[in-house]
Amino acid sequence: METTQYLIAGFGGQGILFAGKFLAYKGLTDEKNVSWLPSYGPEMRGGTASCSVIISDSPVGSPIVSKPDILIAMNLPSLDKYEDSVAPGGIIFLDSTLIERQVRRTDVTVYRVPATQMASDNKIPTLANMIIMGKVLAVTGQFDDEAGVTAGLKKVISAKRSDMLDVNLNAMKLGYNA
Amino acid sequence: MADKVLMKGNEAIAEAAIIAGCRHYFGYPITPQTEIAAYMAKRMPKIGGTFLQAESEIAAINMVYGVASTGLRVMTSSSSPGISLKSEGLSYLAGADLPSFIVNVQRGGPGLGGIQPSQSDYFQATKAGGHGDFRMIVLAPASVQEMAELTVHGFDLADKYRMTSMILADGTMGQMMEPVSLDFKIAEPVEKPWATTGTQMKREHNIVNSLFLSPDVLERTNFERFKKYDTVCENEVMYEEYMMDDAEICIAAFGIAARVSKNAIVEARKRGIKVGMIRPITLWPFPEKQFAAAAEKVRAFISVELSMGQMIEDIRLAVNGKAPVTLCNRVGGMIPSPDEVLDAIIKVSEGGNN
Repeated sequence: METTQYLIAGFGGQGILFAGKFLAYKGLTDEKNVSWLPSYGPEMRGGTASCSVIISDSPVGSPIVSKPDILIAMNLPSLDKYEDSVAPGGIIFLDSTLIERQVRRTDVTVYRVPATQMASDNKIPTLANMIIMGKVLAVTGQFDDEAGVTAGLKKVISAKRSDMLDVNLNAMKLGYNA
Repeated sequence: MADKVLMKGNEAIAEAAIIAGCRHYFGYPITPQTEIAAYMAKRMPKIGGTFLQAESEIAAINMVYGVASTGLRVMTSSSSPGISLKSEGLSYLAGADLPSFIVNVQRGGPGLGGIQPSQSDYFQATKAGGHGDFRMIVLAPASVQEMAELTVHGFDLADKYRMTSMILADGTMGQMMEPVSLDFKIAEPVEKPWATTGTQMKREHNIVNSLFLSPDVLERTNFERFKKYDTVCENEVMYEEYMMDDAEICIAAFGIAARVSKNAIVEARKRGIKVGMIRPITLWPFPEKQFAAAAEKVRAFISVELSMGQMIEDIRLAVNGKAPVTLCNRVGGMIPSPDEVLDAIIKVSEGGNN
């Protein structure tokens, strides 16, 4: 009975909710129990955005992630706010382009991905979220099955925007290899 | 079973309403339920339905009265302050014995309050939806799947009993996404010979009205309506029992509070504390018999609520002094963490009942 609790946080506009939706859909295509809960209200319009995603072999209890196993911090305020909440032994992924400081916790594993810089270098400035997501999948062993990743992407990208499928997949591959 | 899709609770309500045959939606935007209106705005024109953004919540509920009078399935949705504006209309709907379906995705109050989740409209929904003696069926979903299922059920109950049924959800239930299956059994349509659909010069006029100036007639309609309510109490109570078989402590919680409590119960069980939960799914009719029965077995109750303690009054009435009932709560848009509920369980388990 395994449960992974993700907390993804950053600025509104960084694609925080989209990245979370991808994770949830990936979980759904993997036939897991999933929940996705966004922050809502004024923070979506420019402030801090966050979303809780739970992927589990058993039915999900509370959809609110208060002790994430995996924190994905896309900006400094998010790391400041949530670093202490990460479960001991958990993992922090952070966008090292926007977060210069080191993680203070010593009981967690840290992956620093210069996602915003990589996105800019590869002329996909809006896809730092999916670059870091590629790294998350790589570390958690979920990228082995590219078909599964594509299936998850197909669910979260509307048919009208199917041209974005490869762009997103390539962004994730950048993160995977980072 | 059909494929599961990920949907927000708000969207699940909207789609389920359409599946249930609702083709008339009237509303006015308010966080955290605006996705219902947005979904209806997109879908209704494509299926020959009506989506109308009214000039106010008061206008919307009176449009519901109008369509309900013709016997068609109709709904409105809002969040706490907007429901207060609708309460005059809710009373008129009850006085005219009209079926209607209302959604309240609660936010913190009183007043304009905040926009984060709350359950502090429990009193309003279960006891004081408006002036006069009346009841509404109040359904409390605790998952996106239930948001959809209870919507279909709510329409059926409204038609069956000619009364309002209300979904009492909260911001998390509205905003969260979970897998949902929209494969429903739809009940046979109920005949509505009372509806004002035109006489074709073939029958007497049907009159839909809540004005009864003669006290003896008004008294009679009230007594008859409450006989109907007795039938609802007899037949329509819904609840879930969770780990109650050997429980010595019983948590009472609905909606998001029940989800959080489940985590706490799992943790408490790991520590050897025998705790379970009764989750009311209908808040009215309240599962009072189930709580009364539990009071014969358990030694304490904990009501977990996102309010200053509202459902706890119904639990105390049902328990009738047989066991102490304590409150574990957060308010104003805050949600108790599983640890806070666990602390409350441990405290009660160690004997600190008050």
